[in-house]
Order: sequence, then C-alpha cells, then structure tokens
Amino acid sequence: MRVESYATLAEAARAMGPDAVFMAGGTLVMRDVNAGTSASRIVRSADPVLTEIRSTGDGVSIGAGVTMAQALANRDLAFLSSVARSVGGPQVRNMATIGGNIFAHHPYGDFAVALLALGARVVLAGQGAAKPLEDVLRERGRSSTSPIIAAIEVPRPRDPRAFAFAKISRIKPKGVSVMSIAAHLPREGGRIRGARIAFGAMGPTPLRATAAERVLEGQSLDAATIARAAQLACDGLDPPTDALASAWYRREVAGTHLKRLLEKMERG
Amino acid sequence: MAKKPVTFILNGSERAAFAEEGLNLLEFLRRGIGDLSPKYGCGQGTCGACTVIIDGETHLSCLTMAVAIEGRKVETASGLANGKVHPLQEAFMEHFAAQCGYCTPGMLMSAKVLLDRNPAPTRADVIEAISGNLCRCTGYEPIIDAILATANMRRLA
Ligand SMILES: Cc1cc2nc3c(=O)[nH]c(=O)nc-3n(C[C@H](O)[C@H](O)[C@H](O)COP(=O)(O)OP(=O)(O)OC[C@H]3O[C@@H](n4cnc5c(N)ncnc54)[C@H](O)[C@@H]3O)c2cc1C
Ligand code: FES
Ligand code: FES
Repeated sequence: MRVESYATLAEAARAMGPDAVFMAGGTLVMRDVNAGTSASRIVRSADPVLTEIRSTGDGVSIGAGVTMAQALANRDLAFLSSVARSVGGPQVRNMATIGGNIFAHHPYGDFAVALLALGARVVLAGQGAAKPLEDVLRERGRSSTSPIIAAIEVPRPRDPRAFAFAKISRIKPKGVSVMSIAAHLPREGGRIRGARIAFGAMGPTPLRATAAERVLEGQSLDAATIARAAQLACDGLDPPTDALASAWYRREVAGTHLKRLLEKMERG
Repeated sequence: MAKKPVTFILNGSERAAFAEEGLNLLEFLRRGIGDLSPKYGCGQGTCGACTVIIDGETHLSCLTMAVAIEGRKVETASGLANGKVHPLQEAFMEHFAAQCGYCTPGMLMSAKVLLDRNPAPTRADVIEAISGNLCRCTGYEPIIDAILATANMRRLA
C-alpha cells in the first residue's frame, strides 16, 4: 500500500484512479487499512481550501475537510450544531469530516441527511459548477472512481426554526442511528413553501421522503397535515436491515419519529 | 510497504522513527516508539482505549495514520506524570476508577482535554467528554467521580 500526499486538491484529483481511495479524517478509511482491505493507494491532501468555512450571501460554503468539531466551533454553522454534535463521541468529532460523511454508509451519514434536507450543493475538485448533493449521493458507489469533493454549499435557513434534525439511536449519548431525519420547512405567510424532508438509514444513501414533502407543501403545519405526512413517511423508501434494526422495524417507526419531529417544529 | 521517517513531539520531547506507510499511530507508538500507554481495544474507533491528544484534541490513534503526525504534538498517558503522579491519576486511584485498567489511559486523555478546556465541568459535561471511551469494568460512576473530584481540587488549590 502507498500513501500519497498532495499539496493541492487539483493534484490529488489527478492522482485518483480505480486503485485509489481519498482519505479525509480517516475514521472509515483507516478501518479498512487496519483490516488490510483498503485500496492499494491512499490519496490525501493538505490543501487549505478543504478546511475553509466561508459565509456567502445566503449560505455557507464548508470545506469538505471541515471536521464535526470545527463545525461546532463556528458561529456561521450554528444552525447545524445539533447535527454535528450527534456524530460519534468527542474523538470521532475531532476527526470525522463533513465530506467523508457524504460517503458513509448506514448507520452512518447523519450529517449528510441534514445537508440533503437543506438543499446543499457540492463543489467537486477541478469542476466549476456546484451540483446538487442528491446527484452525488445517487452516483455514490456507481463508478469505480468517485470525484473528490472540495466544498459543500449550504443555504442558511432564513428562519432557524424552519429546520430540525433528529437522530434516533438506542444508546445515549453516543449510539449510532437507527435512522436520522432532517426537515426544512420554510414558511411564507404561514404556508410551507419548498418542504424538504430527508431520512438516513432508510435506503442505500440518505434519501428524501418525497411523498411526505408533497403532503406538507402549501399547507400550514397542523396536526392533520402532520398525521398525513407521517403516514406517507416510508412511501418510496426501501429501508435496509442491518445490525441495528430490521427493515420491518424501520418501516414501523419512521412515521412516528417524523411525526414527533414535525410536532416539535409546530410547537416552535 | 515502504517506510517513511516521522518526526514529531511526544509528551514534550522530539522523537523520530520510521513508519510503514499505512501503519496506524497506535501501532507506531507501541511498536515503533515503545510507548505502551495507548491500548489496542478494537482497531475500529469504537472503544477509545487508544485515545491520544494531538495538538490539544483527543484523537483515536488506531484510526490515525502514523505519517499524518509529522511535525505535530502528541500526548499520551505516559506523559501525564511529571515527577509525581498527575492529579487525575491520583483521583482515579482514590475513587477506584480503574479496575482492570485497560480503558484508563484513554479515559485520562479525554479527561485531561476536558479539564484543560473547562475547569468547572458539570456531571453531564464529564459524561459527554468520556462518551467515546468504553469501560467494561467500573460502570463509569467512579470514573466520573474521579474527574469531577480533580476539577474540584484544582479549584480549591
Ligand atoms: C466510533 C465511530 C462512531 C461514528 N459515529 C458516527 C455517527 O454517529 N454518525 C455518523 O454520521 N458517522 C459516524 N461515524 C462514521 C464517520 O466517522 C463519519 O461518517 C465521518 O464523517 C466520515 O468522515 P471521515 O473524514 O472520517 O471519512 P474518511 O474515512 O476519510 O472517508 C470516508 C469515505 O469518504 C470518502 N471521502 C472523504 N472525503 C472525501 C472528499 N472530500 N471527496 C470525496 N470523497 C471523500 C473517502 O474516499 C471514503 O470513501 C462513526 C465512526 C466511528 C469510527
Ligand atoms: S483501539 Fe482505537 S478505538 Fe478501539
Ligand atoms: S477499568 Fe476495565 S475497562 Fe475500564
């Protein structure tokens, strides 16, 4: 095995190939390295853009190498602090990056769920225009070489109360998630406009609950609407069975957890 | 695997050794440097027995690449006692916070960073701070008590 370190992301991107894996915080890659099952080349980069956090007009651009602890310490990312705090224990938060979270398989990937609900866009190294996180998640694992993410552009919710996140786990304070849910429900004149609900561990990648979103769109957040959204929580989702929960169990409880999250948002 | 030289500061002294590329910091410290205080529990990030402090933050040495600590400051439990035992070590003994002792070096690292940053932690702060460290013996209460007692002692001193 070889470890290659590059000063710039552009060089690192050029060095990628089917026999290489990019390593950020390494909390997942190093498990494979320790087990002797990793790719034969590990590509790293110390490019400072990876750890930059920049406020843009209506959002924040987060370098893909920003750790959960760095996100927690940044005022511009206060709207994501409950999400960053939900990942792992202190040591993991000091190492785990936001870019790496986008590639983490269930039961991991809690941060990516929040990014999906917020409509984040992803800037790939060496490519100009940002693309929707959905596209990156859809393509994840499909091709043998995945592109390197430079930064994630996150729109800041205009009303912080319009965004909520819940990680459902069996062990407190540090258990991994049975599922995670994020909801962004911006309101105009009391009506929801642009509802986005995302689930983690309810499919192969974080996914949107589009049926529940449609129910909420244009409505006010009241008990009847919440009940209908909860009923359709799993519509179109195909939850996995893993060591934490069966697909059946996830289907059973997803609606209830969505309902609780929406009720919390209703109470404000 | 090719070997690379790694120069870093361990518990205040400069150290240098060769590390195979891909070797984790835990193995490097134990086999390459001879510091046996960080422990191997799982090699997967779940137990915290391998916790060390890198540039003031706790990290899991089993998931850190040895070559990545080039030029950085690493602290381990073996650097805590400085002539005499560290107040945290003293409190761990006083409160029976170590039984088999396997989790202790990692616990001490997490506790040290907590107290360095927050001299007056609440019980909840302590629980959060050691939430990445598993202990199979004590049931945690004695460990939490020991850390809180250290904080109290320091404030009185
Ligand atoms: C004990 C423990 C507890 C954990 N708890 C949680 C938890 O509660 N919630 C959670 O979500 N996760 C958890 N994780 C998983 C993991 O730590 C996080 O998902 C983390 O964000 C992964 O980031 P990383 O930088 O460590 O990734 P790495 O291990 O460096 O990389 C992971 C994957 O992402 C790819 N990658 C990384 N950065 C980029 C980039 N910039 N561009 C393209 N590809 C990239 C890598 O190639 C690799 O495939 C836990 C892990 C451990 C060990
Ligand atoms: S050995 Fe590193 S966390 Fe268990
Ligand atoms: S004292 Fe035995 S594991 Fe903690």
